[in-house]
Amino acid sequence: MKYLSIDQCDAYYGKLKVLDCVSLDIEKGDVLSLIGPSGSGKSTLLRVLVGLNKPAAGRILLEGEEIDYQNKRSLKKARDRFAIVFQQYNLFQNMTALKNVTIAPVKIQRRPKKEVEAEAVELLKKVGLGEKLKSYPDELSGGQQQRVAIARALALKPEILLLDEVTSALDPELINEVLDTIRLLTQETRTMIIVSHEMGFVREVSSKVAFMDAGCILEVGEPRLIMENPDTDRAREFMTKILHH
Amino acid sequence: MNYTIHFSQVVEYIPYLIGGAWISLQVAFLAFCGGMVIGLFGAMAKTFGGVIIRRVVDAYVSFITNTPQLVQIYFLYFALPEAGIVLDSYEAVLLGMTLNAGGYLTEIQRAGFLSVRRSELEAAETLGMNLMQQVRYVILPHIMKVLFPSLSNLYILMTLGTSMAAIFGLEELTGRALNINAETFRSIEVFSLTAVLYFFVTVAASLTLLLVGRVFFRVKGKVF
Amino acid sequence: MWDRVAEELPRFFTYYNVVFFLKAMFTTFLLSLIGCVLGSILGGLLAVIKITKSKLLWPLRAVALVYVEFFRRIPFLVTLLLIFFFFQAFGLEVSVFTVALVSVWVIATAFIAEIVRSGLEAVPTPQWEAAEVMNFNLLQTLATVILPQAWKVILPPAFSFFVLFIKDTALASQIGVVELTYSAKVLNNKGFSAALAFGVVLLLYYILSYPLAKFGAWMEMKLEISKYRSM
Repeated sequence: MKYLSIDQCDAYYGKLKVLDCVSLDIEKGDVLSLIGPSGSGKSTLLRVLVGLNKPAAGRILLEGEEIDYQNKRSLKKARDRFAIVFQQYNLFQNMTALKNVTIAPVKIQRRPKKEVEAEAVELLKKVGLGEKLKSYPDELSGGQQQRVAIARALALKPEILLLDEVTSALDPELINEVLDTIRLLTQETRTMIIVSHEMGFVREVSSKVAFMDAGCILEVGEPRLIMENPDTDRAREFMTKILHH
Repeated sequence: MNYTIHFSQVVEYIPYLIGGAWISLQVAFLAFCGGMVIGLFGAMAKTFGGVIIRRVVDAYVSFITNTPQLVQIYFLYFALPEAGIVLDSYEAVLLGMTLNAGGYLTEIQRAGFLSVRRSELEAAETLGMNLMQQVRYVILPHIMKVLFPSLSNLYILMTLGTSMAAIFGLEELTGRALNINAETFRSIEVFSLTAVLYFFVTVAASLTLLLVGRVFFRVKGKVF
Repeated sequence: MWDRVAEELPRFFTYYNVVFFLKAMFTTFLLSLIGCVLGSILGGLLAVIKITKSKLLWPLRAVALVYVEFFRRIPFLVTLLLIFFFFQAFGLEVSVFTVALVSVWVIATAFIAEIVRSGLEAVPTPQWEAAEVMNFNLLQTLATVILPQAWKVILPPAFSFFVLFIKDTALASQIGVVELTYSAKVLNNKGFSAALAFGVVLLLYYILSYPLAKFGAWMEMKLEISKYRSM
């Protein structure tokens, strides 16, 4: 039984089909990277996993149990096990960095405040923002906000961490600080799904790479295999274009 | 509840009420037109005039927007006779609503004037347009598009505002409703019907304005 | 006219009359204030109902929609009369002030519901989504994330509505509420010049409305600025 199994999922954005018969299996501890051209459905797949887009067909199974995205309780249980970091960080503008990190564990997971706060401080230090606990999002740079977003996701103690193009909205100078943080995370045993355009980084940290195009998964396999010697033409095309960057 | 609802007694009065609605629309329309003229002069005075005329217009607008239309009409109807000017209900209401609209429309039109940018005018000049042509092809369409939402909003409010004419005996929609009420005492039925009529009148007016806006001025908008 | 006004001036401004006017002014102010505060509570509730998405709640949403659209498109006078006759039909003996207050409340609810809904929608979708995926329910999302951000967009138009409604309360005079317009009629009926009575009342409305309007504009400006600075 696979840990996370996506089985022939379709998804629509209005009338546009954004996921077409997507199937993917993930083992516990995998660091799976999704690569491919823009609009290929990578972010949509992550959004579907956390229920922000509903799958129109297919099934998604977590440890053998199907997640029913139409059922509130099932969705809630599933969301407890995922955590997602968005491209636009989506920090709560009216709260400090510390509050952003502590609010969900305290209010939703109902963990004791003191314990959560202590952990949050540690997490923020870990991502290099120990000095910015009391800062508001609009006082932080993009890179700093993204790192707070990562700390916020980690505070939830998720089983599976989803990173949706977390460096794509950042100025080039700020990308590395975030990649460094993520690199640290991949070294710990944690199941992660990363959507990224940072090819070098993807090659370095992933245990598995999947190439998507036009809503379909075209290839899945070892990073080196997929990226240096792809099977399909589309993948080949993509890799040559990217590597000539 | 010691009152039973009998709509049947009131239904026969519907045509009478609709006639009243028509009068409401007419009054609102006339007052709006008059108000637009006042507004145009007021806006021009504020944009191009000297300090004194600007202060006068400011005072006028400030007075209108900070006092109730009802009391303004009361003043025209009851106080003017003491100065020798006697207005009947219709005249007082129309004058009052026109002056009231004029105040709001001065502000609205002034905003419209301000929204025209020099660059547009200069571009039109270089294309060889004289002043009249500039106004017709550049300024007016632009202003209408910018002001359309405020203008239609005000018009709807004015249509609803005509209901206070009933207080002065005018037989517009509310006035007629009061008449029917006096005859049949079917208060809830009459006024519910009246309310529904006002609702449809404003929806119809909104839709018409929307159509006019789309056809003539390329304005997009929604009713609900 | 002016001679008469000048002649009546001293008799007009007796202590009794001045107190009478001040009380009427206060009634006008209270009518709008309490009506709008109550209207904010119910209006806020309606706005929240309108943004729910659960299929089960659609009847409530329908009611909210009809209510809001209906009462925004009816003259205040008609609403006032309707509510007056409703109270009468149910045999409830309430003061005309109560009738007027309920009318203000009913209308304020409709208008403020739209203002609040607008404010809630002004908060960017990603804020809602971030809360949603962390399993915040609607109430928690609103209380901890949305309202702290939306109130700045809601307050200026809501306050502006309150100031505006002060003028509409003039119509309450028609059912006998002793507010400012009614007080003018009383004094006119007592024999004073209409120019004096209505003129003074117009002035009093101005004195009530102008400072409040200025305050509203100032508040709007301050909130606009604070959007670009950390809270």
